[in-house]
Amino acid sequence: MTEKLTNIEGLACPLPLPHNQRIVLGHGSGGRMSYDLISKVFLSALDNPILRIGDDAGTMFIPNNPSEPGCRLAISTDSHVVMPLFFPGGDIGRLAVCGTINDVAMLGADPQFLTAGFVLEEGLDVDILSRVVDSMRSATLEANVQIIAGDTKVVQNGKADGLYINTTGFGVIPPGVNISGTRAHPGDVVIISGTIGDHGIAVLAARGELKFETQIISDVAPLNGLVKTMLDTTKEIHVLRDPTRGGLATSLNEIAIQSKVGIKIYEDGIPVKLAVSAACEMLGFDPLYVANEGKLIAIVNKTYADQLLSAMKLHPFGTDAAIIGTVTADANEHVTLKTTFGTTRMVDMLSGEMLPRIC
Amino acid sequence: MKYISEYRDAHLVQAVMDEITRVIHRPWVIMEICGGQTHSIMKYGLDQLLPEDLELVHGPGCPVCVTSLEMIDKALAIATHPGVIFTSYGDMLRVPGSEGDLFSVRASGGDVRVVYSSLDAVKIAQENPSKQVVFFAIGFETTAPANAMSVIHAQNLGLENFSLLVSHVRVPPAMHAILESSTNRVQGFLAAGHVCTVMGYWEYGPIAQKYKVPVVVTGFEPLDIAQGILSAVKQLENGTHEVENAYARVVSYEGNQPAQRMINQVFEDCNQKWRGIGLIPSSGWQLKHEFRQFDATQRFNIQKITPAESPLCIAGQILQGLKKPYDCSVFAGQCTPEHPLGATMVSSEGACAAYYHYGRPT
Amino acid sequence: MCLAIPGKILEVYEANGLLMGKIDFGVVTREACLTYVPEAKVGDYTIIHVGFALNLIDEKEAMETLVLQKEISKQGMDA
Repeated sequence: MTEKLTNIEGLACPLPLPHNQRIVLGHGSGGRMSYDLISKVFLSALDNPILRIGDDAGTMFIPNNPSEPGCRLAISTDSHVVMPLFFPGGDIGRLAVCGTINDVAMLGADPQFLTAGFVLEEGLDVDILSRVVDSMRSATLEANVQIIAGDTKVVQNGKADGLYINTTGFGVIPPGVNISGTRAHPGDVVIISGTIGDHGIAVLAARGELKFETQIISDVAPLNGLVKTMLDTTKEIHVLRDPTRGGLATSLNEIAIQSKVGIKIYEDGIPVKLAVSAACEMLGFDPLYVANEGKLIAIVNKTYADQLLSAMKLHPFGTDAAIIGTVTADANEHVTLKTTFGTTRMVDMLSGEMLPRIC
Repeated sequence: MKYISEYRDAHLVQAVMDEITRVIHRPWVIMEICGGQTHSIMKYGLDQLLPEDLELVHGPGCPVCVTSLEMIDKALAIATHPGVIFTSYGDMLRVPGSEGDLFSVRASGGDVRVVYSSLDAVKIAQENPSKQVVFFAIGFETTAPANAMSVIHAQNLGLENFSLLVSHVRVPPAMHAILESSTNRVQGFLAAGHVCTVMGYWEYGPIAQKYKVPVVVTGFEPLDIAQGILSAVKQLENGTHEVENAYARVVSYEGNQPAQRMINQVFEDCNQKWRGIGLIPSSGWQLKHEFRQFDATQRFNIQKITPAESPLCIAGQILQGLKKPYDCSVFAGQCTPEHPLGATMVSSEGACAAYYHYGRPT
Repeated sequence: MCLAIPGKILEVYEANGLLMGKIDFGVVTREACLTYVPEAKVGDYTIIHVGFALNLIDEKEAMETLVLQKEISKQGMDA
């Protein structure tokens, strides 16, 4: 059957964000609303060539002249806001350390140093803070990274959910490594490092509002070791991305837009744990949009795909790695999915916040 | 997953699709009533496996889409009252009212909470005795037993701070309205499997007889939908117009009697406005007189509502199967899930949202 | 109207005056109200919508449907 796809024009909303519009939770969900907010409020004001690329970390040369000897750095910052603070498989501290390590590692850099800023809510139990900081220490040891600067502020009771953490990380990009969301080429192979949706479902269950129980634990993990193993195997990795908020689907859409390509994925190839599938069925969610905190997407020259996959599967954080799709030439920058029935459908970015549905 | 995975078997589905192709000899138009069926068809691309002669049109079976604009505006008005905790099923939060939605009420400081079950709303009322807890009780017949139970449960617990904003819609009157329309093209129906789980399918015999249309009770998994379509096509080719049950593992002729008794205890028929379609007589349910103290519209002083629908939205024609989303001039342009002009773009079961997310040929 | 999925009843109990059950959806469990399926017992499969069991699943009917479909599928492949 020939593939008939609609030529959907104008997927970006042409209307400007009105001045009197308030921020809603959907703006933080990682999907299209977040993307629009970042484009229309932040990037339009702070525009510069480094930010414009749109990768997980910004890169620059130190000194700022590529022809002089020096090095190329990747720098990323992330603020962590999660409820509850402790969830099966992790906590806000581990998330703060791993999240930023991963963003830096997604540029192929070796993250060595982090900073950590804390906003503490008046009344927070110091024992809770100690537990969080201990967890951050464990994560830094696991990843062989050091926190070398920090800051603390306290806000009035009610102005923060216990605590918020911002981490900034940086690392040197090794010579010969050129990884960016702009580098996906038609013919490249798309690999995911493991099962999708674990973190989002674990946190949702821990939050308790929807009152379901599951054995799923968050996958939050530092991926710099896995990335190093991958780069030791081949430098022909074009894109790395960790599909956090907004899930696999949103990250693939971002890459398609950055690289001006299409991406086709295969439903049967995408690894999902049974418990995550079951929770998504119950709530009406799609695992493609559920957050991950210990997984990465790799887009690689097809000649090296099998070799890279084998190397990933030998690493503890890549045992369930799988080839899930290919990059295609598509001026519409669509991400499509071939279903188990052989039919094809679009995979859009996450829209707003994911809500449990009754329909 | 038992009772799910078996009904997603690609070989079995293809075999049924092949059979449909074998038996069909003329063009037919079939309507799947339920938004959940539309969602499944779009998600799995089942329409791409059907012969060209068969056209599926998407029915008004999305309670989120058809809840009247006036009712949404009432919800927004109540949710902004100080001292109110407004509880709702998740998919209602994004439905646009005349100005804003429940999300924007929350952003402005309103206490709006998503609940998975109506009993969770009752629990919130128990835990917050100094607040008024209002539950947005919407849905088709499928959800009515759950919404009715919240009233009885709250009554048994002696709660005085719990009330419902009710907006229930019923399938049979909607089918009558569609079939009575001079522009109707629908020749057969896939009836909503989970509505029938509650109500049975005894209500559809008179409709099938009067309008000479086959009605097949159909489930939601790909194999269920394929089987439902096959049964409907066979009837159309044979010229019969009977009610058939293609979802027998869950649906019986008489339906769930305890659930129907509860519905009859708590609710009574009323005229109902359907967003995009208009008033359909006796197509809704409201709280019976003896439960009026749980009616949020009686409890709160709501200013006169003058709903203002976007003049660009053609959701009504889409819900009746007269147009497809891509026939709309603002589809995917001014109207997107982030900036929806009508309810069919908001609910994930709405045809416009399904077409936008999953993409369909022009 | 229609998001209802099958689950297996693991426990049946009363809470707050309502007949409730612990339902397994495939390694995910949640409580649901069983008032509308008073004949339900542990081990039964039921269809759950917004935290309420709407009906029990008739295993015999389910099997018949699948067997019939497998027959059609085989005939199609042999043809």
